[in-house]
Amino acid sequence: MRFVDEFRDAGKAHALAAKIADLCEPGRQYKLMEVCGGHTHTIYKHGLEDYLPEQITLVHGPGCPVCVIPMGRVDDAMALAAEPDVIMTSFGDMMRVPGSNGSFFDAKARGTDIRMVYSPLDSLKIARQNPDKRVVFMAIGFETTAPSTAMTVLRAAKEGLANFSVFCNHVTIIPAIKAILDSPDLRLDGFIGPGHVSTVIGCRPYEFIARDYGKPVVVAGFEPLDILQSIYMLMLQLSGGQSAVQNQYSRVVPWDGNVVALKAIGQTMELRPYFEWRGLGFISHSALKVREQYASFDAELLFKVPGVRVADPKACQCGEVLKGVLKPWECKVFGTACTPETPIGTCMVSPEGACAAYYNYGRLTRTRVSEASRS
Amino acid sequence: MSTGQDGRTHSAGWVAEALREHEEQVSGGQVSGGQVSGGQVSGGQVSGGQAAGHVRRGSPQPLPGTVREELVLERIDRARRARPRVKEERITMSHGAGGKATQTLIEAIFLDAFRNPLLEPLEDSAQLLLGGSRIALTTDSYVVKPLFFPGGDIGDLAVNGTVNDLSMAGAQPLYLSSGFILEEGFPVADLSRIVASMRAAAQAAGVQIVTGDTKVVEKGKADGCYINTAGVGLIEHDLNLGVAQARPGDAIIVSGPIGDHGITIMLARGELDIEADVTSDTAPLCGMVASLLSGPTGVRALRDATRGGVATILNEIATAAGVGVLVSEDDIPVRAEVRGASELLGIDPMYVACEGRLVAVVDGAKADVALAALRAHPRGEQAAIIGQVTATPPGIVQLKTAFGGTRIVDLLVGDPLPRIC
Repeated sequence: MRFVDEFRDAGKAHALAAKIADLCEPGRQYKLMEVCGGHTHTIYKHGLEDYLPEQITLVHGPGCPVCVIPMGRVDDAMALAAEPDVIMTSFGDMMRVPGSNGSFFDAKARGTDIRMVYSPLDSLKIARQNPDKRVVFMAIGFETTAPSTAMTVLRAAKEGLANFSVFCNHVTIIPAIKAILDSPDLRLDGFIGPGHVSTVIGCRPYEFIARDYGKPVVVAGFEPLDILQSIYMLMLQLSGGQSAVQNQYSRVVPWDGNVVALKAIGQTMELRPYFEWRGLGFISHSALKVREQYASFDAELLFKVPGVRVADPKACQCGEVLKGVLKPWECKVFGTACTPETPIGTCMVSPEGACAAYYNYGRLTRTRVSEASRS
Repeated sequence: MSTGQDGRTHSAGWVAEALREHEEQVSGGQVSGGQVSGGQVSGGQVSGGQAAGHVRRGSPQPLPGTVREELVLERIDRARRARPRVKEERITMSHGAGGKATQTLIEAIFLDAFRNPLLEPLEDSAQLLLGGSRIALTTDSYVVKPLFFPGGDIGDLAVNGTVNDLSMAGAQPLYLSSGFILEEGFPVADLSRIVASMRAAAQAAGVQIVTGDTKVVEKGKADGCYINTAGVGLIEHDLNLGVAQARPGDAIIVSGPIGDHGITIMLARGELDIEADVTSDTAPLCGMVASLLSGPTGVRALRDATRGGVATILNEIATAAGVGVLVSEDDIPVRAEVRGASELLGIDPMYVACEGRLVAVVDGAKADVALAALRAHPRGEQAAIIGQVTATPPGIVQLKTAFGGTRIVDLLVGDPLPRIC
């Protein structure tokens, strides 16, 4: 299939893998973090780690939108969904994220009107079709999805739609990366930068990572060869003692980002003073809320949101996994109490979550895999 | 208003329960792992007993990564083998999606209550001995939405699905029942259209619909028309077919491109604004099975890859026979349209339903004969050997990706695509 197979060519992968192996200094271990959950998914789905030498470890970062939503926020959303005449709408990924009283799916089974949508514009459609209901869109995601929420708010304002609002949980990637860089228990050599987020924010926001922390960043695409090439670019920088921001995904990511999208976000949303991240705690200026000017579309103002805080279960080590301190399987409850069917931590929910990806696709050692291939 | 300002903290009851179970499993597992069963079960290079010993001694040195990973894998295996229990208080859509939740529901609720040797294999049909004849009996309900879709409708689906479940036991399908649950207000013209398709499908498959039932429920209590069909067929060979028969060295064959039906239904709902030239593959498989079983094809098991797709069947093979399964992405036939739509939607075609495709496990030495037999049939022209049964690792399905890597293909958890059959 065109535009897909070219980026999955095993021959090219072998060639790149050999070059990557050549760049490894003997005796040195490399830890590279792929920030984005989409990358984690690609890495496991295509078995990309099979191409990497033992010296290179990929660390799965915090860039999975549902993985960073704290339990209390899910409870808030459920309380909101249970208000009279409310139709809650949400992306499919969000449906299985556990709150302290089950997930959206469980609430739906109890009779709460929660519907899955593919785009916030679908919520708008539902609002138009149900004028006697109050339709709330559970907005989640990084700068990737924030523009579509922003455009939806603008559209709703233009249409004068009075029964649509947004429960805004949009987060921003840079403060999370900074929190990880500042965390004392971490050793990373470089970053595979998030591709989709960068289509919106561009590559400039990462410059501080290279400048202030001396770590190379390569913004990468989502096909397996994209990621392999990015690893090669990172290794080239590391072997030359460089640290710069580079753009591997130049076919999609403009260096300066998408000005129109950024403008739409700026017009409708503003930074919160702080926001709680699952496992990472409160991070200042790390999330967006609806601007006062669009207050009539802000579910947090229209409804009584309880503002519940739920302590992360002690045994759950999502935080360490998100920071890359632990591999998914090193978490105490991985695969026993916490499985994709009954996720305790959010990393186990989304197919982009490090734990779910690892559980579903990658839970065999490389030795075992090659044994099976030979048998 | 924002989260956390009131400082209230809640603890989650169900989490506490899950953790308690975990503790039981882990502590129970360590004891057995240290003595006998851990090593026995893992069967791998690193014995569980030895590894657990490391833990008990409380060695201050961190264990080598591979040993620790082995420990974790074993812990997961234990959890996977634990008695299935439905943890939810209510039925959710996941319970009908054909993945893990469905399997848990069937084993924990239905099998637990009805347990008997005929039901226990959980094959597509039960095999009975009646007056010296071997009979296959099956039933299936159809709630597909929309009722009419490119390539078919709920009517031919209801006939073909049940015919195919009988065929997978190697039976000659003979008689079907049909039960209708109709919603008040449902157009009679639509019902006539559905029934006409059923008649045509029955004729094509060589079966008769010999008994039936009709119920009408109030508007809003059903979605137009639901159909249940049951079927009986005669088993005239003496093969012992079943996924538990799979053994290392066997070949795995699919009878044609996968995922056509599921993708057709998704697109037919019109919610995605994607158009593709793809039609449902709904078709009777009895003719193809008859020609497959008539020669020395070494067939050990047949399954039709409906809900949960080919991936689910492969997992059933691995689990039931205690073997590994290794398939190659390059060899799995998928139409370009289906692949394209799957890429766009982020779906793996391996999990997408088919309604006219079978997966066969055959003796590796006879795989070419079996493949030729399938390809000789008009519905099997694109049949392909997609992989093989391996000795290790037991219970796990692996995929060699087209990219050249390897990954696990597990049972589906939850399903974003409701009601495809």
